Amino acid sequence: MSQFVTRSLLALLALGIAATVSAQELTGTLKKIKDSGTITIGHRDSSIPFSYYDQDQKVVGYAMDICMKVVDAVKATLKMPNLKVALNPVTSATRIPLIANGTIDLECGSTTNNLDREKQVGFTNTYFVTANRYVVKKASNVKTLADLKGKTVVSTAGTTNIKWLTEENGKQNMGMSIIPAKDHAEAFLMVETGRAAAFFMDDILLSSLVASAKTPGDYVIGSEAYSVEPYAAMMPKDDAEFRKVVDTATANLYKSGEIHTIYAKWFLKPIPPKGINLNLPESPQLKKALANPTSSGDPAVYQ
Amino acid sequence: MNYNWNWGIFWEMSADGRHTWFMTLIMGLGWTLATAFCAGVIALILGSFIGVVRTMPVRWAVRLGNAYVELFRNIPLLVQLFIWFFVLPEVLPDSLGDAIKAMNPPWASFVPAVLGLGLFTAARVAEQVRAGIQALARGQGMAGTALGLTLAQTYRSVLLPMAFRIIMPPLTSETMNLIKNTSVALTIGLIELTAAARSMQEFTFQVFEAFTAATVIYIVVNLIVVNLMRWLERRIAVPGFIGPAVGGGGH
Amino acid sequence: MGDFDFGVIERSLGYLFREGMTFTLTLTGIAAAGGIFFGTLLAMMRLSSHKWLSLPATAYVNLMRSIPLLLVIFWFYFLVPYIGAWVTGSSQPIKVGAFTSSVVTFMLFEAAYYSEIMRAGIQSIARGQVWAGLALGLNYWQSMKEVVLPQAFRNMVPILLTQTIILFQDTSLVYVLSITDFLGAASKIAQRDGRLIEMYTFAALVYFVVSYVLSQLVKRLQLRIAIIR
Repeated sequence: MSQFVTRSLLALLALGIAATVSAQELTGTLKKIKDSGTITIGHRDSSIPFSYYDQDQKVVGYAMDICMKVVDAVKATLKMPNLKVALNPVTSATRIPLIANGTIDLECGSTTNNLDREKQVGFTNTYFVTANRYVVKKASNVKTLADLKGKTVVSTAGTTNIKWLTEENGKQNMGMSIIPAKDHAEAFLMVETGRAAAFFMDDILLSSLVASAKTPGDYVIGSEAYSVEPYAAMMPKDDAEFRKVVDTATANLYKSGEIHTIYAKWFLKPIPPKGINLNLPESPQLKKALANPTSSGDPAVYQ
Repeated sequence: MNYNWNWGIFWEMSADGRHTWFMTLIMGLGWTLATAFCAGVIALILGSFIGVVRTMPVRWAVRLGNAYVELFRNIPLLVQLFIWFFVLPEVLPDSLGDAIKAMNPPWASFVPAVLGLGLFTAARVAEQVRAGIQALARGQGMAGTALGLTLAQTYRSVLLPMAFRIIMPPLTSETMNLIKNTSVALTIGLIELTAAARSMQEFTFQVFEAFTAATVIYIVVNLIVVNLMRWLERRIAVPGFIGPAVGGGGH
Repeated sequence: MGDFDFGVIERSLGYLFREGMTFTLTLTGIAAAGGIFFGTLLAMMRLSSHKWLSLPATAYVNLMRSIPLLLVIFWFYFLVPYIGAWVTGSSQPIKVGAFTSSVVTFMLFEAAYYSEIMRAGIQSIARGQVWAGLALGLNYWQSMKEVVLPQAFRNMVPILLTQTIILFQDTSLVYVLSITDFLGAASKIAQRDGRLIEMYTFAALVYFVVSYVLSQLVKRLQLRIAIIR
């Protein structure tokens, strides 16, 4: 295997040289999309209502609709109306390496943009603003974070939430046991089946999971919010050309007001697979972010 | 370039603020070895028992032993772990199921992992033990009977001591398989070595450093286990007796 | 969770088999064919008397046999695009889909196991047979082709097939990448509808039936073609 590491190192060295040679024409992701005739979109299993499976196992959601607008813009830029769209499932843990290694061109799900991640990947304009909270069973009588001391809790592997949780656990000496789950649905099941006392995740995802649960009345979401999490579609880092297309497409979508129609479709009306209605009007932070599109990874911008 | 190398990452503090990433991997290795050891004990005892049963002159017992081996060999290990972890507590009576689920981690993952891996590996050990006993000349069993030994005595004093020596090489590879198979337990939340490397990758984005370290650790463990088993094989060898090789395969 | 709903299986049968099982079987088929091909190459390299052929092959086989398949799956999923760039001389990591990546992973991983089976198969033929061939006036390659390989092959085939059944089961591990293989499809439905018990039990049953039937067929084949020595 070390042989492969050396090889990929060599390939990467070559990459540095080649990148400086071929300046003209298309480069990077756009060239790759044009050459292959396909744009590959990374999607999620259970990030309701951003990117998830409906009753026919089709991938749908708010983020997917936004990304399809981006795909339209890519088609127009490349003058390829028949550009194929390939869907590649990702998890919270695989999405960043898969963007970095070129398996997917655009990730449309529930990915928090932050400064740490901006060192690895690029983010387009924010399309949602949420916060890190926990969900517990009502019967458990957990009211504050302190009530979870020494308990088993769960979060999804590879998320900002599990990172925050792990760090807080150490800092505050809480003695919680943290189980990393593969995806949000699996993590929620841990709470549903009583394996974990709490599931730490972005509150919007928690609300949708509770709403689609068998008995939504059994759960309560904590009142404290622990962070600000701006969501955006993820793309390869340092690819100015592709970035320009994606940023322009999303900025136009937000400024034209069309985004509000898409928002209403997923947050104010019944959504598949079970026809639940999240009934969640746009928050002031989101209104602000959509009126003045920003791709900032600094949470202070969204306060 | 999309990747920033940082080999110094191992000495940086991990996300929990207590251990370095290197220590995180070592703790992962600890769970890998603990799981493999406990599952190995179950597999050796249960596997030997079933293997012996399958060579006994009792038809229904042979059938039962065969059924066990077929059942556990023909379902993927991952699915078996899911059954033990997700399904079992729900089909048991509520109080027992809840007690299982309320176990503190890592026990809530560790126990089903040990159980699942143990029962899975037992089927493979049983197959080796059966093959080992049947590889012995038939005359050995008859000689035991002729000497007036009971069936149990024949197995204990004549057949098994030789059979176990014959199957040392395949048991060595089963031991290695078992250590590697513990990684499947990451799917039920056990933070063993592969999972530790994964969490390091998720928190630091240093994919290749984390995986390289895990790979190196697995290779070292492997070398140690192989050499230990070889040493054991030599220690217990009976001079002048070279057993026929028994087919391996699998992982 | 006392209420079971086995209707969920019936409702998702189309998805489970058309998407999930198709992926699993295609992956198994291609990976087995490729694995046997590369496995043969590796076995021949290992049996070669040239050190520069046998040493790299031995190192490769030992490496693959030392690390867990899960780790290999992760390695390759993240690494294959870079390898692809290196092979094609592309300036960027090339796009490798989940399917291609899985195929490459299982092919290269199983090649190590297949090569061991073949090496053992060839070595199980008594050396005297090669000499007998030579004594009859055949050259080395002729005696390999006419005497050793036909026998080795008959001994090997059942073990190769058994290994392929193991491969079929092992493909379930792509679950960790959220790829929609048979188990992936089952778990997606299980988690979406909160029906873990029904779906996982059903998945176990399907894997069992397929593997068991195939292994019985292999056993029959073994009885028919085995050479009694």
